Amino acid sequence: MTGRASRHVEASVQLAGPVALVVAAGLLSTTVSRSTQIYFLDAIVAVAMVVAIYVFVGNSGVLSFGQISFVAVGAFAAGVMTIPQDSKQGVLTDLFPLLRDHTIGNVPSLGLAALVGGVFALLVGIPLMRLSGLAAGIATFAVLEITHNLLREWTKIGPGATTLPLVPETTGPLQATVGVLIVIVVAFAYQRSRLGRQLRATREDPAAAQGVGISVHRQRLWAFVLSGALAGFAGGLLVHELGSITADQVYLELTFVTLAMLVVGGASSLLGAVVGALAVSGLRSFLSGSEKGGDFNLIPDLPTGTTLVLLGAIMAAMLILRPSGITGGRELSSAWLRPRRGA
Amino acid sequence: MSSLLPQFLAAVSDIDRQDLVDALGQGAVYALMAVGIGLVFGVLRLVNFAYGQLIMAGAYALAFASDRGWSVTQGIVFCFAVVLALSVAMDRLVFRPLRTQSPAVMLVTTFAVAFLLQNAALLIDVRDGTIGEPAASIASLNQAVTVWGTDVRKIVLVTIVVAAVSLAALALLLGKTTIGLQMRAAAVDFPTARLLGVRANRVIGLAVVLSGLLAATVAVILTVEQPLVDPSFGLKPTIVVLVGVVVGGIDRLWTATLGGFVIGFASDIIYAALPTDQTVFLDSVLFALVVVVLLVRPAGLFARGGSSLAERV
Repeated sequence: MTGRASRHVEASVQLAGPVALVVAAGLLSTTVSRSTQIYFLDAIVAVAMVVAIYVFVGNSGVLSFGQISFVAVGAFAAGVMTIPQDSKQGVLTDLFPLLRDHTIGNVPSLGLAALVGGVFALLVGIPLMRLSGLAAGIATFAVLEITHNLLREWTKIGPGATTLPLVPETTGPLQATVGVLIVIVVAFAYQRSRLGRQLRATREDPAAAQGVGISVHRQRLWAFVLSGALAGFAGGLLVHELGSITADQVYLELTFVTLAMLVVGGASSLLGAVVGALAVSGLRSFLSGSEKGGDFNLIPDLPTGTTLVLLGAIMAAMLILRPSGITGGRELSSAWLRPRRGA
Repeated sequence: MSSLLPQFLAAVSDIDRQDLVDALGQGAVYALMAVGIGLVFGVLRLVNFAYGQLIMAGAYALAFASDRGWSVTQGIVFCFAVVLALSVAMDRLVFRPLRTQSPAVMLVTTFAVAFLLQNAALLIDVRDGTIGEPAASIASLNQAVTVWGTDVRKIVLVTIVVAAVSLAALALLLGKTTIGLQMRAAAVDFPTARLLGVRANRVIGLAVVLSGLLAATVAVILTVEQPLVDPSFGLKPTIVVLVGVVVGGIDRLWTATLGGFVIGFASDIIYAALPTDQTVFLDSVLFALVVVVLLVRPAGLFARGGSSLAERV
């Protein structure tokens, strides 16, 4: 297993797992009723967000609470720019004229979301990636707080504390699946690349990696920007799935749930990110589905509450019992773990 | 936004004695929370994100007591009992199995616990079928008294006194008793401390109990200031304090405490200094300052030189 051909085989095997899971979820979603389909779309979009977070957190080993900021700016950029022109001036009166007077299509809006996410991540990352450890985690948290505060209060760039309505719901099974496949392939290509392997080396042993001439700061910054762009793109998918969004929807709870998905799946592999997102989304859908079904109609608040309590309990239990995640942080082929010389 | 800075500078002159006293009170509460978080971090190297939910549980206990018509003392005792029980349960069920895990796993697990408790609180309905429970019986402490020509709410005075007494008692415990010495030793180097005969469960247990006592104290203070209790009670202060603790320097208790105090004090002062129509941007200003401080002093505002602890996560 040292030749070029066998390495390609191995790579295909590794990529096949995540791709097969997502395609299966996408295909399944076309066979079910509209109300059930929402659960599948939620799960697929969650995969996009978790893989985006994985690109930075998984490859660098640095915990970031800030990646949902990039989902948020991507979602709001794509949302604000695709609201039909005639209704936009009615609902978003305070906007900057540039945002108010222009509208773009669905696919360009996803590109814009990725661009905004990436640029924002670059601006934030240049200073922040010099930090490490807890300071880095807390600084990215501060970014999340600032982003949320501005999106929630600054009505020149969005709806402020109200809902951003009337976003075209273009993320159906096809757009969700294709979008996530793009995210997965980009993430996979990155982690196999020279840059990705240098970053993973800094994760395993920062001192040794620096010793062979790898710049920890620069490698982390690359991953942070790529992760930001993918997160922005995922935000675009999200807003087009939901059809409306508020600043509170892309804040603490989403940060927590997506990080938990990543850790539950296994934070140091792409397969882990995909499995974690699908497993936790599936669990959540199953729990809330089993509550709403049947003749068991309690007051509306109660069922939602119990779902989230159970979800929290199960996630805590999984983290305690199997902290390396469902996949143990490995890709489909165990050969990944063999030591290999850097490119 | 571009005019924020000049406006801010102009408004700084508006800060009066009243604002300073309020800011001192807020700094004192946040310092107590910082000690609670810092004590557990010291012995477990665990950042407990669920600390705010301990406070929330205490607040619910007070609301429950108020609804049942219990006296203020009974309510406060009940609050302490609930918070202590929950702290110990959290240690046994969550922290203990996680002791050997990486800080990232520990932190995300406390996230899960926070999420669990917050959603469990959504199911609690003490009184009337709506979310949010009033804890009216202890609200009388919120009245103002006049001290040297400044109106001060009683609770602010109580807070400052309680914080000073608690911190002094803690300093005595850590500085003058054997168990305190053991806790300090464990915070510096746990494996070596154990080799020298420090019993891990005893030290950790004490840290958890002290941290719970502080959470209950903070629950009482915050409930007096904000008597309507809901599931997100205590969440925002916890986030701010966690940030403050790291900004101050989490590897030593007094720098962590000072960090908590400074961020509480600063956020009240910034709030007072911001023009009224800009106060909604308090978080942006505060956290932007945090980022700047971390860039200048990544190991903590009050840390000595470089710190290896910052590399742990």
